[in-house]
Amino acid sequence: MKKTKTFWVFLILSALIYGVIQFLMTGGWIDSLYSNMIILMAINIMLAVSLHLVIGITGQFSIGHAGFLAVGAYVSAIATMKFQLPFPIAILAGGIVAALAGLLVGIPTLRLRGDYLAIATLGFAEIIRIFFLNIDYVGGAAGMQVTHLTTWTSTFICLFITILVIVNFTNSRHGRAAIAIRENEIAADAMGINTTYYKVAAFALGSLFAGVAGALQAHNFYIINPTNFGFLKSFDILIYVVLGGLGSLSGSVIAASFLTIISTYLQDYPETRMIIYSLVLVIVMLYRPKGLMGTKEITDLFKRKGGNSND
Amino acid sequence: MEWIQQLVNGISLGSIYALIALGYTMVYGIIKLINFAHGDVFMVGAFIGFYAITGWGLSFFPALIVSMVACAIFGIIIERIAYKRLRNATRIAALITAIGVSLLIEYVFIYFRGAGLETYPSVLPTKTFDVFGAQITSKSLIILGTSVGLMLILQFIVHKTKTGKAMRAVSHDIDAARLMGINVDRTISATFAIGSALAGAAGVIFGAYYTKIEPLMGVIPGLKAFVAAVLGGIGIIPGAMIGGLILGVVETIVSALGFSLWRDAAAFIILILILIFKPSGILGKNTKEKV
Repeated sequence: MKKTKTFWVFLILSALIYGVIQFLMTGGWIDSLYSNMIILMAINIMLAVSLHLVIGITGQFSIGHAGFLAVGAYVSAIATMKFQLPFPIAILAGGIVAALAGLLVGIPTLRLRGDYLAIATLGFAEIIRIFFLNIDYVGGAAGMQVTHLTTWTSTFICLFITILVIVNFTNSRHGRAAIAIRENEIAADAMGINTTYYKVAAFALGSLFAGVAGALQAHNFYIINPTNFGFLKSFDILIYVVLGGLGSLSGSVIAASFLTIISTYLQDYPETRMIIYSLVLVIVMLYRPKGLMGTKEITDLFKRKGGNSND
Repeated sequence: MEWIQQLVNGISLGSIYALIALGYTMVYGIIKLINFAHGDVFMVGAFIGFYAITGWGLSFFPALIVSMVACAIFGIIIERIAYKRLRNATRIAALITAIGVSLLIEYVFIYFRGAGLETYPSVLPTKTFDVFGAQITSKSLIILGTSVGLMLILQFIVHKTKTGKAMRAVSHDIDAARLMGINVDRTISATFAIGSALAGAAGVIFGAYYTKIEPLMGVIPGLKAFVAAVLGGIGIIPGAMIGGLILGVVETIVSALGFSLWRDAAAFIILILILIFKPSGILGKNTKEKV
């Protein structure tokens, strides 16, 4: 009963956000710079939330998320540009192939832990990038031309589905298993949780949504280039999750939105932007290693004290 | 005969990786931190060497020493400001801080200097020797000699001096070492100083050998040196040397076979293979995880 109420509130709120922004865009109240910023913000939120599932919920430290973004971007671009498929099918194809790539990367690497896992995912992301760099079919180092197909409506639908699926996954039996793995893998194993299965599942699900975000990003920028998917991009996504709080979905949404606004204003000064990013990262880690929200959600603020919490 | 030449090139490249990898492996051995900023110390070392040569007119070896001293101080500063607070933090927090410090050094450097390339002046004699038909330059011999010399000095410091003994004790068990009266903070600083000095030396050698340096040059060699450290067994000093040499030779062979664009991928493929099949590295021992 309580859960359905939360669901309807979420649905109405997101319909409202969608309607207001759509109205402002079609009415010409927001110019192209800001509407582009809003679309970029939605894409970054999708990336942050998908990585949040891997790092924040399952506790697997992956720093190669840009690799799956690249897979989604290239596969969807091939689908629309080379095979003339419709855009929704291209998005789906990008997501599915990225999820398969996630499975392929996840099955061997997720046996590793901590630092080793981080470096292995970084290595895989670099291999994916070098792979696209050397394939002439997709333009190699020069990049690939892509038509502009991403609209606010398509971006919002993808964002809505991403958040819905990840929230429901987190609150389900599977999500609780994943959180148990995050808290203590050996204890989770002892409780009879199939840790490998859940780690790989969360990793593949995160990759799927990263691929969807990649498809949207590819069709938003007119051109995709392997240099856009280097480890700096992975670190960008990592910063959203870490700054928002490892384990807080609303935290990563807030951090992604906020940092997208900052980087839009600082896009003429890329060095300053990176200095601010890295300083924020170091200072947050030294003085508040849990991130801004810790593992709390923004909805926790509205819960009455003493009430039963479902998390 | 071309193969001997390629082998020498590979060993020269590998000795640069080995010098950087030594810093990674020593720091990891002592505080279990992957010091991502190490590749940037390498970059700073290359630039200090460059300015020492062009600005002060020094020759190769004095520039090498200036760069090593400056990098040692730089390494201690990084450790004192950023990593000292993290002794009791989680591994993920430490790793993210290291990534942050690395990005900070790179972009502060670019902010003040610009992202342009610099070309190293030719400081090494360029004679070619003819060994069994292979053309071996004096450049690669000097580089190889310098690297081997530095590694021997390192072995001496680690095994024959009091600081080295303290370093080995701290890496074995930090609490027991503290109880035995070892000044742990100073030992960790000494480790950072030695590792950073080696990275600075590698920077100058890299500049003299490959002539092109730029502010983001440390990223890829840094990652590859980490691969070398993992390959040899992280935390083990001879392992870093072996890993660096193997990586350099493999990369040169991949290039020589005509896949030079895949050269960077080769290092990461080696990394993933070693992590899957023998995560403790070539010289590492398997450790059981305690609950």
